[in-house]
Amino acid sequence: MIGKHLLSSADLEREDIETILTTAASMHDVQRREVKKLPTLRGRTVINLFFEDSTRTRSSFEIAGKWMSADTINISAKGSSTSKGESLRDTVKTIAAMSVDALVIRHNASGACRQVSQWVDASVINAGDGTHEHPTQALLDAYTLRHRLGDLTGKHVVIVGDLAYSRVFRSNVITLATLGARVTVVAPPTLMPSGIGAWSARDGFATSWDLDEILYAGDPPDAVMMLRVQKERMSGGFFPTAREYTVGYGLTAERLERLYAVNPQIPILHPGPMNRGLEIAAEAADAGSSAILDQVSAGVAVRMAVLYHLLAGDQGAQS
Amino acid sequence: MTDVLIRGARVLGESGADILVRDGVIAEIGSLGTPSDVRTVDADGLVLLPGLVDLHTHLREPGREDAETVATGSAAAAAGGFTSVLAMANTSPVTDTAEAAERVLDLGRAAGLVDVVPVGAVSKGLEGAELAEIGLMARSRAAVRVFSDDGRCVADARLMRRALDYVKAFGGVISQHSQDPRLADGQACCHEGEWSGRLGLPGWPGVAEDVIVARDVMLARHTGSRVHVAHVSTAGSVEVLRWAKSRGIAVTAEVTPHHLALGTDLLAGYDPVFKVNPPLRPSEDQEAIREALLDGTIDAVATDHAPHARHDKEHAFPDAAFGMLGLETALGVVADLLVRPGLLSWADLADRMSSAPARIAGLTDQGRPIAVGEPANLVLVDPNASWTVERDASRSRSRNNPWHGRTVHSKVEATFLRGALTAYRGRVAPAGGALTLEELS
Repeated sequence: MIGKHLLSSADLEREDIETILTTAASMHDVQRREVKKLPTLRGRTVINLFFEDSTRTRSSFEIAGKWMSADTINISAKGSSTSKGESLRDTVKTIAAMSVDALVIRHNASGACRQVSQWVDASVINAGDGTHEHPTQALLDAYTLRHRLGDLTGKHVVIVGDLAYSRVFRSNVITLATLGARVTVVAPPTLMPSGIGAWSARDGFATSWDLDEILYAGDPPDAVMMLRVQKERMSGGFFPTAREYTVGYGLTAERLERLYAVNPQIPILHPGPMNRGLEIAAEAADAGSSAILDQVSAGVAVRMAVLYHLLAGDQGAQS
Repeated sequence: MTDVLIRGARVLGESGADILVRDGVIAEIGSLGTPSDVRTVDADGLVLLPGLVDLHTHLREPGREDAETVATGSAAAAAGGFTSVLAMANTSPVTDTAEAAERVLDLGRAAGLVDVVPVGAVSKGLEGAELAEIGLMARSRAAVRVFSDDGRCVADARLMRRALDYVKAFGGVISQHSQDPRLADGQACCHEGEWSGRLGLPGWPGVAEDVIVARDVMLARHTGSRVHVAHVSTAGSVEVLRWAKSRGIAVTAEVTPHHLALGTDLLAGYDPVFKVNPPLRPSEDQEAIREALLDGTIDAVATDHAPHARHDKEHAFPDAAFGMLGLETALGVVADLLVRPGLLSWADLADRMSSAPARIAGLTDQGRPIAVGEPANLVLVDPNASWTVERDASRSRSRNNPWHGRTVHSKVEATFLRGALTAYRGRVAPAGGALTLEELS
């Protein structure tokens, strides 16, 4: 059962994900039409409340809302709450008081969307909360992977990068595991989230510090997802230099070549924005099997589907 | 007129006795008749303990009177069975001068519900750079003996060494908030472990506490001075304390009811009421600190009562203020956790919540035995009550109560400060006054 909010990927059962992805496929067809507008959310108000900068996620939600005929308004609230001394509760209560149907929230603090959902009547959609989760990203990644690989049951997906600070990783391991995929996450020990040994075992994914072992020894990957590495991590002592990171954990041209020797169709994913030359070489980003632009394209369709299921519900499904 | 006969109380949980209080002092104990000139409190089935002493309270005045005042904090303390609280120095302005300490003392006396004992800052403005006027605070009317930069760790080893050396001259003690600020990023807001990893919250590892406790016991040994470890929260600290005590190093320690009873799983809902510093820890740590309190490795329970205005808690979790209320619930929580299951006797609870903290703070008329000639600082406890914590019923000005909605069994029936009834069956005396039994009947 798809609930009122989408706060965490764990809110969605397998059948919920299937439902959303199926809807997303028909929305994707709409995207290819000349006239892209659907009347489904006419008269509904969706506010994109972004406490943190974002280009692709915000515009993706905005387009999704507009193609569904919702009144979509962007509010950039970067630094607004604490710097003015206003509490988060006051900020969102003020906005929700304008009879809003949905709040799409991006916040730099983990858990902010869950907190907001307890204070307002509107549906709350998590568009990325701190280093916690980014459930619509995981849905669009699943959509992209299914488009390439079919059913994900038993498929081996390798996720590499700054796991400790990645909301994309936290949502993806949940959604991919729910869809039956086998996931291995790879990072240097300093970029592994604390306590991951315990929860990876419980949530059914594997961890490794050795990218080459995971890519080439034994269980070959069916897809590779590279995550952005913040350059600030170097000053924090998480790794010494960009060069050293790339040698250990980058998807270099050499690593891509070895992957292609086994599987030239292997999808390469990256949630963006990319640090070309750091975590991903240009050769890999632009490779024939790269799915990076497919992810962006799927983003709009998936977010249309999420808005549809949260806001239109059964009523919308009939019309 | 504060003379009173407490009839049939189980002194320290043992057999019943009558206690006659005259002029603020315990005058007689035994099977007594009723003198015609005193009121009687029926204490049948109630446990009589020495008034509780809290080594660690934040009263927020001066500076944040919207969160708490000395008067409202004193009322919460009296309701919770306390007769003395040590008021931490992190007010605005900071208690780092004799004048500031005397001001807190005077506010406490004006409220008149508990003995408010100011804690002095170790460093000027809690900046961790230069010593505050420790000696002048010690010589002031407030006679400060406990010094702490609580809220911040005295991270600089040289400053800590000097502070420990300096307070020897007047028998002072440094109460340390043990947390190496370099072992976590500045945004840390919870325990670093499985839950912080899952929830994506920046955390402090337990070792950030352990390493400071280890350093400080070695500094205490080197200086021959006394260090007190505030709010111990890790198994690692307990190991170090056990070793230090076995070597005769002058170290004492306290633990809070919330670290004993609340775990990291409460973070799952991102409710900032559970955001506290040191953070709630996982069950391995909870078990270690419980055991340490039982065997005396940890000397005392202290509340770290930390009131915050509602709007300072209604931020995103990492932006919200640290701290939770504790004065009104401490006795009930600790008794439920340790006395009811038979792990701790009432006499030992009196030691951990009254005698030991009084001794650590150098208070001579608090935490005393229940004996003839002793000051009548007493609390009567109903060990078989059943009450639900209701945050809006608090005497505190704040509502950040992590125990809201919980059912607690031991309940404070009456609190006596030098014989004066400061709290009785949920009522608290007005500032500067005492309840008389006439108005209660």
